[in-house]
Amino acid sequence: MSRINLILVLIALVVIAISSTLFTVDEREKVILFRFGEIVKADYEPGLHFKLPFINTVRRFNGQIQTLDAPPVMYQTEELKNVVVDAFVKWRIADVKAYYIALGSVDVNSRLGQIVADIARAEFGKRTVKEVVSSARVEIMDIMRSSTDEKTTVFGVEVVDVRLKRVDLPPDASNSVYARMSAGRTRVAKGFRAEGAEEAEKIRSEADKDRSIMLAEANQQSQMIRGSGDATAAKIFAEAYGANQDFYSFYRSLEAYRRALGNGDDLLVLKPEGEFFKYFGQNVAP
Amino acid sequence: MAWNEPGNSGDRDPWGDRGGDGPPDLDEVMKNLQKKVSGIFGGDKGGAGDAGGQSGGSSSGVLIGGLLVALIIWGFTGLYRIHEGQQGVVLRFGEFRSISEPGLHWHIPTPIEWVEVVDLGQLRAVEIGYRENTRTGQVGVVPRESLMLTRDENIIDIKFAVQYRVRDAKNYLFNVRDPEGTLQQVAESAIRQQVGQNDMDSILSKNRQQVSDAVAATIQELLDLYQSGLLVISVNMQDAQPPEQVQAAFADAVKAREDKQRLINEAEAYRNEVLPRASGEAARILAEANAYEATLVANARGVASRFTSLREAYEKAPEVTRQRLYLETMEEVLSSNRKVMIEGDAGNNMLYLPLDQLIKKGENVNGNNVKSINLSPSRASQPMTSSSRPRTVSRGRESR
Repeated sequence: MSRINLILVLIALVVIAISSTLFTVDEREKVILFRFGEIVKADYEPGLHFKLPFINTVRRFNGQIQTLDAPPVMYQTEELKNVVVDAFVKWRIADVKAYYIALGSVDVNSRLGQIVADIARAEFGKRTVKEVVSSARVEIMDIMRSSTDEKTTVFGVEVVDVRLKRVDLPPDASNSVYARMSAGRTRVAKGFRAEGAEEAEKIRSEADKDRSIMLAEANQQSQMIRGSGDATAAKIFAEAYGANQDFYSFYRSLEAYRRALGNGDDLLVLKPEGEFFKYFGQNVAP
Repeated sequence: MAWNEPGNSGDRDPWGDRGGDGPPDLDEVMKNLQKKVSGIFGGDKGGAGDAGGQSGGSSSGVLIGGLLVALIIWGFTGLYRIHEGQQGVVLRFGEFRSISEPGLHWHIPTPIEWVEVVDLGQLRAVEIGYRENTRTGQVGVVPRESLMLTRDENIIDIKFAVQYRVRDAKNYLFNVRDPEGTLQQVAESAIRQQVGQNDMDSILSKNRQQVSDAVAATIQELLDLYQSGLLVISVNMQDAQPPEQVQAAFADAVKAREDKQRLINEAEAYRNEVLPRASGEAARILAEANAYEATLVANARGVASRFTSLREAYEKAPEVTRQRLYLETMEEVLSSNRKVMIEGDAGNNMLYLPLDQLIKKGENVNGNNVKSINLSPSRASQPMTSSSRPRTVSRGRESR
């Protein structure tokens, strides 16, 4: 019994010894080995490593890319307009020893935040709103990354990227932007309506013009046709009547009498003379 | 085995809640071992009546056997299964060893090796500018993310959905802390960068796809820069519109464009109505003219031909025909009218005829000829009125 216990105790001791002399380093970690507070070694590869119990202590840091997502800050641009800028920084510990010495337990985010804000203020002050929003945006981000990286190397931080997220106008300026946009759209709308009226009037007047021309041309042709009709008729009459003008005159006179006097409404006051009355009231005895 | 299930992005640090020194899993395993060993001993103890003397000799064998069994059981705990669409990342003492594909695998059991499983097949999404509640389907707007400046310094309200998956399990696990949050930040930044390089109108109309593509490219570029192991599958512009404050004006502009078209259409309708009518009218005018001409000519031909025929007849017997025509005409004329005959040389005498009465009578009797031939110009010159119709006369007068 006691032997078994002894074995068990031995095993336990061995395990404890092992666990206190060995430590692992994860892929995601940077580890510093201290000897009574003094840094002994900081460049550990991932895997299993040895230390002396009680003498050495180990401190672990996250070696992944981390994010500083600072709250939005107001900067002034070149034309003294305010812009609200929201940026984030992607950084990681490059030199854990320098990092530990420089920052220790100080919050890295606040230090990093100050550096980024300083650089951003300078860069925004050199540019207009249009530039920071549009053309120079990438350039600013590049400058901010390299400048920040330069300044953070001393405390072992590598800045992987600095990205501008929001670059916006403050709320009151936004309202004037809205007003301008509305006015612009109103202008466009009025332009459209006026153009429509213009086009419509053109089309209508064109149509009216076409109609007038069409009718006038038709009238012109009509008169020509009628005229030619008149001429033809006159020619026919002239030909027919010209054959015997004397007879025509007689014939036409008779017809005129019939037309003018033959409708029965007239009162004729006559002297019974002339050819018609040749035998009227005369002695016709041969 | 894997303490970081995919999607559980909160605390992935395996050392989060442990002491600084060494893998404490060793202790746990020791405890397990002890329990199992003491279990064997417990059974032994229970039946240890007279075998007490012997127990000293066999107990070490039992112990070794127990340890062996424990070792085998421990060894079995290294079996693990990777599902389709997943990958396992095997770590030995925290150092990357290998990637295991779907299927059954074995690793040296904890605490020496362990495996972290990453889901590569699963399509994930982040939403920029809005959040959809997956349970209720309700969409909440996030103006802080969705409102942004365009190149022409307008503000646009724009919403994106970014779909992505894990491309590289190793990078995904090791390189970036909180890859999903990083993607969200990167997406927001990339969207604003691309929107800032385009004018509002072009984003609202034709450049939507172009902007989405550029955003996708920028996001992927940054994710690769961070070696985050994520792959952007698609970037969809869910919605791009003017901000609420100016929507009325924008809508009116759209309406104005419609109005313009409407005005033009109305005018065209007018034209389409007027021109065919005018064309018809012109055709009528021409037709009437043609009809006039044809009628006139035909008429002339008729009249002329009649005259010609008559003339020919006349020329054969001029005297007789002439006389006949004359007499017939005079007969016709004189027979249909009333007449007053004045005989003799009445030209010098004052002749009074109640012409008006005669005319009226003629009208009132409706064409019935009153033959009042006065052959002798009487000096009294009383008109010979028809005594049978005096009433007609008076009535006719009254009615005038």
